[in-house]
Amino acid sequence: MDIPKDRFYTKSHEWALPEGDTVLVGITDYAQDALGDVVYVELPEVGRKVEKGEAVAVVESVKTASDIYAPVAGEVVEVNAALEKTPELINQDPYGEGWIFRLRPLDMGHLDDLLDADGYAEALESEA
Amino acid sequence: MSFPLIFERSRKGRRGLKLVKEVPRAEAYIPQAFLRQDPPRLPEVDELTLVRHYTGLSRRQVGVDTTFYPLGSCTMKYNPKLHEEAVHLFAYLHPYQDPQTVQGALQLMWELGEYLKAITGMDEITLQPAAGAHGELTGILIIRAYHEDRGEGKERRLVLVPDSAHGSNPATASMAGYEVKEVPSGPDGEVDLEALKRELGPHVAAIMLTNPNTLGLFERRILEISRLAKEAGVQLYYDGANLNAIMGWARPGDMGFDVVHLNLHKTFTVPHGGGGPGSGPVGVKAHLAPYLPVPTVARGEEGFYLDFQRPKSIGRVRSFYGNFLALVRAWVYIRTLGLEGLKKAAALSVLNARYLKELLKEKGFRVPYDAPCMHEFVAQPPQGFRALDLAKGLLELGFHPPTVYFPLIVKEALMVEPTETEGKETLEAFAEALGELLQKPKEWLEGAPYSTPVRRLDELRANRSPKLTYFDE
Repeated sequence: MDIPKDRFYTKSHEWALPEGDTVLVGITDYAQDALGDVVYVELPEVGRKVEKGEAVAVVESVKTASDIYAPVAGEVVEVNAALEKTPELINQDPYGEGWIFRLRPLDMGHLDDLLDADGYAEALESEA
Repeated sequence: MSFPLIFERSRKGRRGLKLVKEVPRAEAYIPQAFLRQDPPRLPEVDELTLVRHYTGLSRRQVGVDTTFYPLGSCTMKYNPKLHEEAVHLFAYLHPYQDPQTVQGALQLMWELGEYLKAITGMDEITLQPAAGAHGELTGILIIRAYHEDRGEGKERRLVLVPDSAHGSNPATASMAGYEVKEVPSGPDGEVDLEALKRELGPHVAAIMLTNPNTLGLFERRILEISRLAKEAGVQLYYDGANLNAIMGWARPGDMGFDVVHLNLHKTFTVPHGGGGPGSGPVGVKAHLAPYLPVPTVARGEEGFYLDFQRPKSIGRVRSFYGNFLALVRAWVYIRTLGLEGLKKAAALSVLNARYLKELLKEKGFRVPYDAPCMHEFVAQPPQGFRALDLAKGLLELGFHPPTVYFPLIVKEALMVEPTETEGKETLEAFAEALGELLQKPKEWLEGAPYSTPVRRLDELRANRSPKLTYFDE
């Protein structure tokens, strides 16, 4: 299971990649594999203010629908509109083209509360 | 084995019956603006073609009348054919008839309401909702009306559901205008009481629970949960999907629930789905009774009547009086079994589930929350097997698969509910079949089923580009 070292993770299987004063958010390779083929992504509205842990997007697969939570509090500044037509990007490239939304965190420092790659790998171990 | 659609059997001008009298034209009754411009595109077939078409389809069906159907949380028990006899007795009633001329039908509804109140421990009931999710919406709208009436409607914005809940619970709450928050399950598979306590407060409208829950486990701390809810002014909602396990033994009303919906098409032997329609009566405690839909059936000095006197009612939720013939079937079921029979049905549903669970463990399946289960349990295949492949493999071996990938808190979940109407031999044959599938080569499993009318469907394409009508437009 691929877990890049350049970003942060949540126990609910989101990743958060800092870019300037924003973070890109998507779901992990493990999450896309567990969900199976993604058929639909419900994206948030740009400008929406969200709390940490708030359900921001929904990813629907052939098996189930799953909420995607904000890893930190902030404002949604961009969404990956490509997912509307090609939701399979989440399966094909979960850490790249399959990103879901971009947040401007209230405080970039909040990212430090998240898991790093090793911490996430450990969390996966204990889950299995 | 392709099977043509009825539209593909259509031949221009072919007719199934000849009308002997001139039929009145729609133009005489309906204003021009509302008349369609083009004739509807109906298939044109003769009677024999029609009969062969639908008989052919019915022979390709899998249902509880043809095979074991252990679909978890759906209670696919046998629907006795006696019910259909009773249904015929009522088949020619018209909903616009004067209540004085349908006293028997009203009596049946009133009595069924009394039985269901006795079974659930509720004070009043509506029989209107057409199915389970409709009952849920009705129940939550009643709760909303109650909070609004008390001036707490603006403050109480949140509905709590456990993470093992049926998907219809959060969907219902959201449709009724509420925010939804998940409460995690504890390591024992029951509601995490500490997590629940943290969420409760004056901003919460209701908690929606199923008991036994979707793991098939009885929520042993239910009295504590209902006490906490009561203290916080929060209404406790009982999703009746799993009532089969406790019918006649324990009552949601006694556990402290304020609202209950029932699924007559699960627990009370009304056919499901294509054989439906369903029925989802909602029972409430006295403090919620002013908000029930109107009309309800009441008994007066001069017989039974439809009572519209409920000024705070949320209004009608269904045309006429609900799916009446579903009510007839449930009435017959309850009268046939009686209290002792209902209790025995519940007990056998639990016994069957526990027996089957042990059989599957012997075959190598895992049970992640392995406490004594109620009417259903959730198993996992051994590492490396996918629930979907096993489900498709079961079809090949002549069984309807259990529910898969639900509840969401168990990976590769197989949610098995055998019901009380199956014999020991069937349970053993099913366990043998699942055991046999574990011995099959991976390629075989991934290709199953092989001899069913349709092979494995392309779920991905069906979801991404569904085609829902025959005509392209």
